[in-house]
Amino acid sequence: MLDLSRYSCLGEALRDALERWPDEICLIEADRERENCRLTYRQFKDAALPLALWLQNAGFAPNGRAAIIMTNQSKWLISAYAIFYCGGVLVPLDYKLTPAEQLQLLAHSHAEVLIVEYHLWRAIAQSPDFAKLRAKIILVTEAPSNAELFGARRWEDSKAAGEPRFEMRQRKDPACIVYSSGTGGRPKGCVLTHENYLEQCMSLTALYPFWPGVRYLSILPTNHAIDFMVGFVGPFTCGAAVVHLRTLRPEYIREAFTRYKITYMTLVPMVLKNLERGMRQRFDSLPRGKRRVLNALIGVNRAFTRRRPNTRLSRALLGDVHKAFGGELRALFVGGAFTEPATLQFFYDLGILVGNGYGCTEAGTVNTLNDFKPFRADTVGKPLPGVEVKILQPDADGIGEVAVRGKNVMSHYLDDPEMTAEVLVDGWLLTGDLGRLDAMSHLQLFGRKKNMIVTEEGKNIYPEDIENVFEGLPVKEYSVFAANYLWPQRTMVGEQLVIVIHPEEGRAIDEPLRAEIAERNRRLLNYKRISGIVPWNQDFPRTASMKIKRGELAGQILTALDRRAVLPL
Amino acid sequence: MANLQDTTEQILVLAAQHFSVPRAQLKPDDDFFKTLGINSLQALDLLTRVENHFHIELPDYELQGVTDFRTLAERIQARL
Repeated sequence: MLDLSRYSCLGEALRDALERWPDEICLIEADRERENCRLTYRQFKDAALPLALWLQNAGFAPNGRAAIIMTNQSKWLISAYAIFYCGGVLVPLDYKLTPAEQLQLLAHSHAEVLIVEYHLWRAIAQSPDFAKLRAKIILVTEAPSNAELFGARRWEDSKAAGEPRFEMRQRKDPACIVYSSGTGGRPKGCVLTHENYLEQCMSLTALYPFWPGVRYLSILPTNHAIDFMVGFVGPFTCGAAVVHLRTLRPEYIREAFTRYKITYMTLVPMVLKNLERGMRQRFDSLPRGKRRVLNALIGVNRAFTRRRPNTRLSRALLGDVHKAFGGELRALFVGGAFTEPATLQFFYDLGILVGNGYGCTEAGTVNTLNDFKPFRADTVGKPLPGVEVKILQPDADGIGEVAVRGKNVMSHYLDDPEMTAEVLVDGWLLTGDLGRLDAMSHLQLFGRKKNMIVTEEGKNIYPEDIENVFEGLPVKEYSVFAANYLWPQRTMVGEQLVIVIHPEEGRAIDEPLRAEIAERNRRLLNYKRISGIVPWNQDFPRTASMKIKRGELAGQILTALDRRAVLPL
Repeated sequence: MANLQDTTEQILVLAAQHFSVPRAQLKPDDDFFKTLGINSLQALDLLTRVENHFHIELPDYELQGVTDFRTLAERIQARL
C-alpha cells in the first residue's frame, strides 16, 4: 500500500494510487445479475479528471464545498475524487433523508456544488423548500434522455478536455463535513480533516490489509462513514477493487460473493442477522444425517479456533459454507449499530470472521475493533493503534461514559463552537455512550448517556430531529425521548422512541388524540417512528428562553413513572 | 391492464401469502412494517415477489419512504 504517513491529503494519496496501479481493476458496479461497469485505475482517472477540470472551469475552487447525494454506485467515488482533486471539501449526504432534510443540510453546509442521482434530484426539485437551494452547480446522474432537469446539468456531459490543476491540501484542512444529525434544527456537521482519514486508514489497514486483487463488496452507500473508508479510501490506497452492488436484496448479495470472489464486506447488524437467519434455515432443512455431520464439523472448528482463527482449517472443514461466500472471504465487518454477541459467535463458529467495531461520526470510521486475538463476541474490540479510550466517572461496575482521543477525532462541529465545546473536552471526545474497559483493554458497551437511539440499520435518530412532525398537536406540550434515556437500561438492543404528552387542562389522552399522534407518526420514515406515548400531567421544566430542560424532565419522569406507563402506539 | 384497485388487491394477497397471515387482516392503508412486523430487508423480499408476479423490475429506492400497500401499488401500477 501507499505509505500514507508521507501524504498531506486524500486527493494526493488517491492521485498516486491511480498512477501506481493503472492496470488493476478498482471498481466494478453490479445491479442484480447485470454488470454496469468495470474500471481500472487508469480508466477511473480518465473518468474523473475531465469532471475535475469541468468543475474548475465552472469556478469550483479549493476549499469550496461539494455535496454528493447518491445511492451505492461508482459515480459517487468518481465524483468524490474529482472534488478532492480540486481541493474541495466533500459533504456526503444520506440519500435516505427526505428532500426537506437534504435541503436543510445543503444550506447549512453552504455547498456550492451538488452531485445527485436524478430520481433524488426530482424529489428535491418538487419539495416546497426547493427555492432555498443555493448551490450554484448541480450535476445529475442517470437522467432519462427527455427528463426535466429543473435547472441542473447532466453529470455525464460535464467533462472538459485538458489537464486539471491538482490542488494540494494540508493535513489539518477539512476533507469532509459529515452530518451525524441535526435535521430538526441544529445540524451537527462533523468537520473531519485529511489527517483524520489518512491516520484512520493506516490503523485499519494494519489490522485488515488490502492489496491488488482484494475485492471489497460494498452494499452500504458511500456517505456511510464505514463505507467511505473501507469501500473507498482503504482499497484505493492499496490497489484493491471495490464491487458496488446496487441492491440490498439477499439473493443478489449471495450471488455477488461467489461471482466476484469477495475478500471483505461491511454490513449493518440487520443485514448480518438476515444472513444468519437464512443460513440457519438452510441448516435446519438439511437431512438429519447431514445436519449431524455439520454440527460435528462446527464443533471441531470451534475447538481448533478458540485461541485464534484458522481460516485454512475452517475452509477445509466447512467447505460448502465457505464456498457459498465465494471461498476467498477473509472477514465481514459489522458496524453502525450494536450487534448481538450470539450472531457474532454463530459466524465465528463457522470460521467466518466478523470484525465487530465501534465508531461514531465525530471520530471518523471506528474507535475500537476486534482483532481476533482471541475472538470476543461480548465486546467491540480494542482501541485501534493511535486511538485512546478511557471511561469517565466509572461506577462500581467500571461503567461510565466512553471518551476517545486520537488523530481520528474530528476537528469541530461546523459553525457551532458551543456544541463543539460540549463534546470535545481537553482533547477528548465525549461519546455519550456508556461502556467499560476490561483487563484486556476490550471495550464493552452498556447503553447510552445521550438522548438518542441507533437502529439495527445503523441509523442514528435524535429526538430533536423528529419532534417537528408533531408540531401543532392539540396538547399543552410534548417532547420526544429515547425510552432508554428516560429509564436507563444496560442494553443497546431494541431501542425505541417515545413521546411525552402533557395534555390540555381537563383532557386525557383519548382516542382522537392517539389517532392524531399515530397519523403524524406515519409521516416519518419507518425507522424514525415513535413507538409509545408517555402521559404526563405536570408542566415541563424550561429554561428562561422557554427551551425544555430535557435532562430535568427525564429525571422527573424516572422518579414518578415506571416504563410500563408507556401507552403503545 | 389491471387497475389500481386490482393491483392493490393482488399485492395484499401476495403479502398475506409471503408472510403467512390471513388476507383479511391486511388493508390497503396499513403500514406494512407495523402490521406485518417486518424490517426493510423483509420488505425488499416482498418487493421481489411482487416484481416476479407483475413481471416488472423496481429499483430498491422505489421503496424508499413507502410504508403502505396502496402507495406500493401505485409505484407498481406506474410501471405496468
